[in-house]
Order: sequence, then C-alpha cells, then structure tokens
Amino acid sequence: MSFFDIVVQLGDSMLNSIYIFLLTLLFSIPIGLIICVIRMYAWKPLQWLVKLYISVVRGTPLMLQLLVVYFGPYFLMNMKLTTEYRFWAVIIAFSLNYAAYFAEIFRSGIQSIPVGQHEATYILGYGNIQKFVRIIIPQMFKRVLPAVTNESITLVKDTSLAFAISYIELFTEAKMIAAAETSMMPYLVAAIFYYVLNLIVAGIMSLLEKRMNYYKI
Amino acid sequence: MNYLDAKHIKKSFKDVDVLHDVSFSVKEGEVLSIIGPSGSGKSTLLRCCTFLETITDGSISYMEKAAVVTNESGKLVYADRSDFKEILKCFGLVFQNFNLFPHYNVLKNIVQPQRIVLKRSKSEAEKVARQLLEKVGLSEKERAYPCELSGGQQQRVAIVRALAMSPKILFFDEPTSALDPQLTGEILDVIRLLAEDNMTMVIVTHEMNFAKAISDRVIFMADGYIIEEGTPSEVFDNPKNERTRQFLAHYNSAN
Ligand SMILES: Nc1ncnc2c1ncn2[C@@H]1O[C@H](COP(=O)(O)OP(=O)(O)OP(=O)(O)O)[C@@H](O)[C@H]1O
Ligand SMILES: [Mg+2]
Repeated sequence: MSFFDIVVQLGDSMLNSIYIFLLTLLFSIPIGLIICVIRMYAWKPLQWLVKLYISVVRGTPLMLQLLVVYFGPYFLMNMKLTTEYRFWAVIIAFSLNYAAYFAEIFRSGIQSIPVGQHEATYILGYGNIQKFVRIIIPQMFKRVLPAVTNESITLVKDTSLAFAISYIELFTEAKMIAAAETSMMPYLVAAIFYYVLNLIVAGIMSLLEKRMNYYKI
Repeated sequence: MNYLDAKHIKKSFKDVDVLHDVSFSVKEGEVLSIIGPSGSGKSTLLRCCTFLETITDGSISYMEKAAVVTNESGKLVYADRSDFKEILKCFGLVFQNFNLFPHYNVLKNIVQPQRIVLKRSKSEAEKVARQLLEKVGLSEKERAYPCELSGGQQQRVAIVRALAMSPKILFFDEPTSALDPQLTGEILDVIRLLAEDNMTMVIVTHEMNFAKAISDRVIFMADGYIIEEGTPSEVFDNPKNERTRQFLAHYNSAN
C-alpha cells in the first residue's frame, strides 16, 4: 500500500479521533466548571465528594477508567455492549476524566483573581451569580488559556487510548493495518496526523489568546 | 440626619484586637477625614463600615437604619436580606488600588453596575456615566480599557463608577497612595469638586494638607482607638493629645 492509500483508508478513523477530541472538549469544559464551583463553594460534604472524585480520576489511569465505563454496565447490570455504546463509553470516560483536570485548572484561575475584584463587586451590589458570570469567569478564562491549551494537546494524543476498548479511531486502525501489511507506514501516517492536528489546536489557541489580549490583567 | 452611625465597633483578627470600641458618625453633607499612623486601624475601620470585614462587636447604621447590631448575648444581628441590600446601596468605596474590571472598557465599568444593581436602562446608565466622565475630564476615554489608562485616570474612573451608583456616602481608602505625586493632584481635585457639591465623604488619607483643607471634621486614630476628633483647625493647629502632636510633628518633619 502506498502512503496515499493508507491516508485514504485511515480517513474515517481520523474523523473518529477528531470527534472524540471535539466532543470531549465540548462536555468536559462545562462539567469541569460545574465541578470547580462545587469544589470551591458548595455545601461542605459535597465539596469532599468532589475532592474525592478529582483525586480518584487524577490518580488512576485514563485507560483503566475507560475500561470501567465500557465494561461496568455489563458486569454490574448485565447490559448488552453495543458498538454504539463503545463510542459513548469513550466520550463519557474522557469527558469525566478531563473535567476533573479542567476543574482544577479553573480553580487555580479563579483563585488567582485578586480579592479586590470580589470586593469591588460586593460594594457595587452585585449578587454572587452576577459576580461569577460577568466578572470572575471571563477573567478566569483568560488566565487559564495556556493551561487549557496544554490539556487540549494532551487530549489529542489521548484519543488513541480508545484502542483499549477497540473503538475504531486512528490509532486502533493504524495498528490493524500495520499488522496486516507488516509495515510501519500506517504509524507514520498516524504520527503525522496527530502532530498536524496539534499544530492546528495550538494555532487556534494562540489565536484565542491574541483575541483576549485586548486587555491586560 | 446622620448618614452613618458606627457605635462601639470592635474588631479582632484571631487574637489580635485591631479596633477597640470605636464610635463615630457622619452627617449629611459632611466631609470626614481619618488620619493616623500606619497600622492604627484606619483601613480596618473603613472595611468594617463597608462590610468587607465583619465586626466583632458593636453596631452600624446607615440613614438611621440598623445594618448590624450586637444583642445582649453578644451575637451580631444583621438586617434581613432585602434591607441589607438597600443599605449596601447607601455607600460607595474607592479603593487604594482602584479595582476596576480589567476586561471591560471604561464605559462598561460604569454602566454595568447601574444596570445590574439599580436596574437602570442602558441609555440612562450611559447618560449618567458620560455626565460624570465629563466632570472628571475623561470623556475621551470611555472606550479605553483600564490597562490603557494612567493610575490617576483609573482612579478617576473608579470614583465615577462609585458615584454613578448614587451613593449617600462615599468612602475613600487612601485614594492617592498608589499614585505618583503629580497624579495625586488630579484625584484630590476631583474630591474637592465632590465636596463643593456637598457629597458626604469619609476619607482615609496621609495627605495632611489636603485633609486640613477639605474636611469638616478630622479623626485621628492610633492603635485602634480614636484619640482625637474635631475640626481641622482643632486637630491640626491645636491638638490636645500628645499622640496627635507627635504624629503631626513627625509628619511635618518628614515633609
Ligand atoms: N486580615 C487581617 N488579618 C490580621 N491582621 C490584620 C488584617 N488586616 C489588618 N490587620 C492588622 O490590623 C492592624 C490595622 O491595620 P490597618 O490596615 O487597618 O491599618 P491602617 O491604619 O489602614 O494602616 P496604613 O496607614 O498602613 O494603611 C494592623 O496591625 C494589621 O496588621
Ligand atoms: Mg490602610
């Protein structure tokens, strides 16, 4: 198989990798924000629960979490494992995992905002929700952008972990073709794909950072 | 009418007593300056009166409505939520380091609080903002972001942001001490302008000449006590207390 043939054959699974990436970001960022708010401000027992969650998620391998999410319903409730669920297991496991990391990044961002911003909103009479939505969270996003870029780049590469449950994304399929053709070429194609995707991600993020440069902190 | 009554205010941080039984009032239209050495509790007093710190003991009322009182068993009792919200609207505070919202331009810094808190319409809030900006000489800057302004300009915006909320009392905590000497003047000019308009103000400051010139009344604090209180000429020209004399002498020799 030529390089070009391999690229064509890997096309669909590349798309699948991109789906995993985009859907994980789409879900993990808002979930992370919710976890962060609970972690910082909720009723104490809820805070402890969320702390435990973050600690477990960050303290165990993503691949293992993926297996748990995928096989859990089968072992616990005897549910049939469908191909469709395979995809959603990836999205669920990745989103929950990345949400924990994002929650901590957001927390550090919120904590880095000077206390004077909170005091100013208090004196002016803002309620807590208005304060967060209008003053704290917008400034937090600017502060955490570099860390979010880091996570996104890691996520691009982590999509390959979906091979653990044989979900057909780029890495899984490259491995299959490589075995069938006894060639390194599919891995090369995969490597180039991940690298280019990350260049694009980094480019978009740096554009975003520039867009946010209209003010300084 | 007394716009502010603070009675028997005590404040301690953990075991350290910072304010011991401090009482003072501010009448309508009055300009009160609070002076005193570093660490004497001036900022703490202002922060207690604006509820940025919770007092340990005592009572605070605005417009003769109790915001917080201490009951017989020593427990603090606050006004209920909706009354307290109204009380928060009675005063504004100008911070030493401005605390503008960096992600909003000048106009939005001034307009948004009016819209959210006072529920003013956009056009009304902008009208208020523009009138006040003109008054402090910043009409040209309404589209600028705080980071594009000098310290003096930022502080003028902060004053306008506070004024736009139509407070009864405006507190200042060392409004010029983060500024170069030449920028200090522009802030003092603005405060002077407000005094001419009979704005009720409480100003913590190290600018003695300014305090003397602008105040109706001066409080000298040391070690968490009000040591002396009176008209500017009483406090500055004929201080009764030895501590006041020392402080002013030290201050005069330093200049
Ligand atoms: N959050 C805090 N925790 C513990 N101690 C505090 C706190 N804030 C203030 N203090 C102490 O209270 C005392 C009074 O401080 P405060 O800032 O009110 O003084 P000040 O008169 O405003 O001084 P300056 O002129 O330097 O601003 C100081 O001894 C200070 O160390
Ligand atoms: Mg102070």
